[in-house]
Amino acid sequence: MILELSFTARNVLIGATLLGALGGTLGSFALLRRQSLLGDALAHAALPGVCLAYLVTGAKSPLPLFTGALLAGLLGAMLILATVRWSRIKEDSAIGIVLSVFFGIGIVLLTYIQKLPAGNQSGLDKFLFGQAATLVTEDLQVMAALGAVVVLFIALFYKEFKLLSFDPAFGSSLGLPMRRLEILLTLLLVVVVVVGLQTVGVVLIVATLITPAAAARQWTDRLGAMVLLSAAIGAAAGVAGSLASASVPKLPTGPVIVLVSSCVLIVSLLLAPSRGILWARLREKQVAERIRGENLLKDLYLQGERTESWDKPLTWPYLMGIRGQSSRDLARSARPLLGRGLAERTDDALRLTADGRAKGQQLVRKHRIWEVYLSRRLELPSDHVHRDAEAMEHTLSEAAVSDLEQALGFPKVDPHGSPIPPRRVDPLRTSA
Amino acid sequence: MSPTLVILLVGSCVATSCALVGSFLVLRKMALLGDAISHAVLPGIAIAFLMTGQRSALPMVLGAGAVGVVTVMLVELFNRSRRLHEDASIGVVFPALFSFGVILISRYAAQVDLDLDCVLYGEIAYAPWDTLTLFGSDLGPKALWVNGAVLLVNLLFVILLYKELKLSTFDAGLAATLGFPPLLLHYLLMSAVSITVVGAFESVGAILVVAMLVVPPATAYLLTERLEAMLAIAVGTGIASAVLGYLMARALDVSIAGAMATVAGLLFVAALLLSPGHGLLARLFQLRKMGSRLSGQLLLLHLRKEGEAVTTAMLERRFGWTGRRLHRVASRLLRDRLVEKEGDGLRLTARGAEILETTGRAQLAHKLT
Repeated sequence: MILELSFTARNVLIGATLLGALGGTLGSFALLRRQSLLGDALAHAALPGVCLAYLVTGAKSPLPLFTGALLAGLLGAMLILATVRWSRIKEDSAIGIVLSVFFGIGIVLLTYIQKLPAGNQSGLDKFLFGQAATLVTEDLQVMAALGAVVVLFIALFYKEFKLLSFDPAFGSSLGLPMRRLEILLTLLLVVVVVVGLQTVGVVLIVATLITPAAAARQWTDRLGAMVLLSAAIGAAAGVAGSLASASVPKLPTGPVIVLVSSCVLIVSLLLAPSRGILWARLREKQVAERIRGENLLKDLYLQGERTESWDKPLTWPYLMGIRGQSSRDLARSARPLLGRGLAERTDDALRLTADGRAKGQQLVRKHRIWEVYLSRRLELPSDHVHRDAEAMEHTLSEAAVSDLEQALGFPKVDPHGSPIPPRRVDPLRTSA
Repeated sequence: MSPTLVILLVGSCVATSCALVGSFLVLRKMALLGDAISHAVLPGIAIAFLMTGQRSALPMVLGAGAVGVVTVMLVELFNRSRRLHEDASIGVVFPALFSFGVILISRYAAQVDLDLDCVLYGEIAYAPWDTLTLFGSDLGPKALWVNGAVLLVNLLFVILLYKELKLSTFDAGLAATLGFPPLLLHYLLMSAVSITVVGAFESVGAILVVAMLVVPPATAYLLTERLEAMLAIAVGTGIASAVLGYLMARALDVSIAGAMATVAGLLFVAALLLSPGHGLLARLFQLRKMGSRLSGQLLLLHLRKEGEAVTTAMLERRFGWTGRRLHRVASRLLRDRLVEKEGDGLRLTARGAEILETTGRAQLAHKLT
């Protein structure tokens, strides 16, 4: 497949893959340092640099234009940092100001170059608005060389950059030059942004940095793994984007790359093993289900305790009345109890099994011991403790309850005078 | 109407609308949400165009306005999920929407005049010739109608909801307890930003509308502490940027929108350096004044502790000051007769000792010496 690609398409593929990997790497640090939008500002700030470099050298070869963009981007970054540090302007405004004003100056210069007798700016705006198809071999060589430098620096200063991302104050206390490291990392970011301009353009560059990193963040809590994964996602999106735009007519490369990595991000947000939103929802649902079942179990147990008869089944309408539940809700609450053999259903009534009775007793025990704790240790009035215990009975562990019981001196009754059941039901007495 | 007048009027309308809503964005630290909306409205414009098949103003404003609100909702959604920080949410949402818009345009609308250069940096110079015709009669430039209407909506929005906006901007918690729903106001403000961006889109472009939204309000923020004054100054600097930018563009024969952003930037830099309250020069001056006052006090305290004349060489060594700095500090004290010369040294005068006592620095002196 790749062998069939035209020369241009091959260049685009290489460029987009390189950029994806580099952007993903640097983006991880930008994301963690909450500087996601700095890359956006740097990309816009590069425009006047490109124009000035052209005005000074009169050449459209990549190296001088890269250098100009690099210097202008770095100047923009430094201005943002300095404005936030020395004035009352907040970071978001500073980024917006540098971004739009530098870009405005760039456009003024661009139109000025256009009016020059010898001027022809057509090559310049391609440099900024992302025409991946115009990548030539020389561009790729510059990209690869700069990319290698960036990767080398990341490898050399990996430990320091990690510290900078998570705990810069600790870094300074170790005597590391954190400000200089920050400037170095920003410089590397500028390099990647400038490398990416020609492939995806000024508007979309921020996505090649942040979107893969945000996706990678969902899968791991380790920086090393995150950086590698982010680079891999970026590179994969680059491959997918360039192949798609090579095979479908009128499909621009940059936007496809961004949409591919955005899809990866959405999948990651939903499905990543521990942070996935879907799993979190599922866990919430399971907990809600368990609490519902436990509440029904307790209702059944308390009714048995009140009438001192555990064999009499409780009717469906009666159980619905206790918590004002609908028949469907009650059926949902009962399902886990029936499934685990804690209760049995006869016609329109429920009855606890021996297991269910033991389980219900433990729940009531947790509830009442917590009530004792609240009223004795926190000195809450006895009419204020029930609601809190209703919640705690579902979360307290058996061990914690036993410790509490011991600390409270093995109380016999709760603040309302109801007996506190023993730790385990005596097996001899459950046969009834 | 002369073309110049039309351009100036459109520019001023855009500047005023942007300054009104932009001030609240800057105060709420949401300047970059304006940036995000200005890019994300592209698919709205493209969809409106594809559905109606023409570049009429109303569907585009509505389409873009809707996508603007969708942008804000998506950012909020990512934010609320607590998987991404706000800056990252913005950074992933708007490029995705922009990409979608670019693909729509290049797949289905490439033949029409919806080119990306225009989207990115606009062309206000065409405004006088793109006129609105209704029932066969020429009603004048379309951009003027659109931006005039947007300005009217923004004015009504800010005037009618001034109290609510002010309160929720400065104290969202209090606003909520008093029964103003902050989220509703947030979305209303973002809707206003969206239609402002769309109106300004064709004349100044997606990126330069950010200049109008953020730069004049930030300039005003450096110059005043009062919201009313901030709005007025922001509108003033916005209009000044538009007018001066136009003149600059005419003189140099360059992009009008770019020149407007450049002038706005220059005005911001001027305020940043020269603002009486928050300017860098004022701060520097203040710091120097504080520094020299402190140096004088230190010198007086030191001389009092010594109780006799101390040679300048000794003082230089003890404080680690250069001769010039000591000279500067001492000459002020000599002029006020707080110290006097004795040989090649300095000693405290009776007046100097008295000043130290009466200004309540004695306690400080104990701590310092």
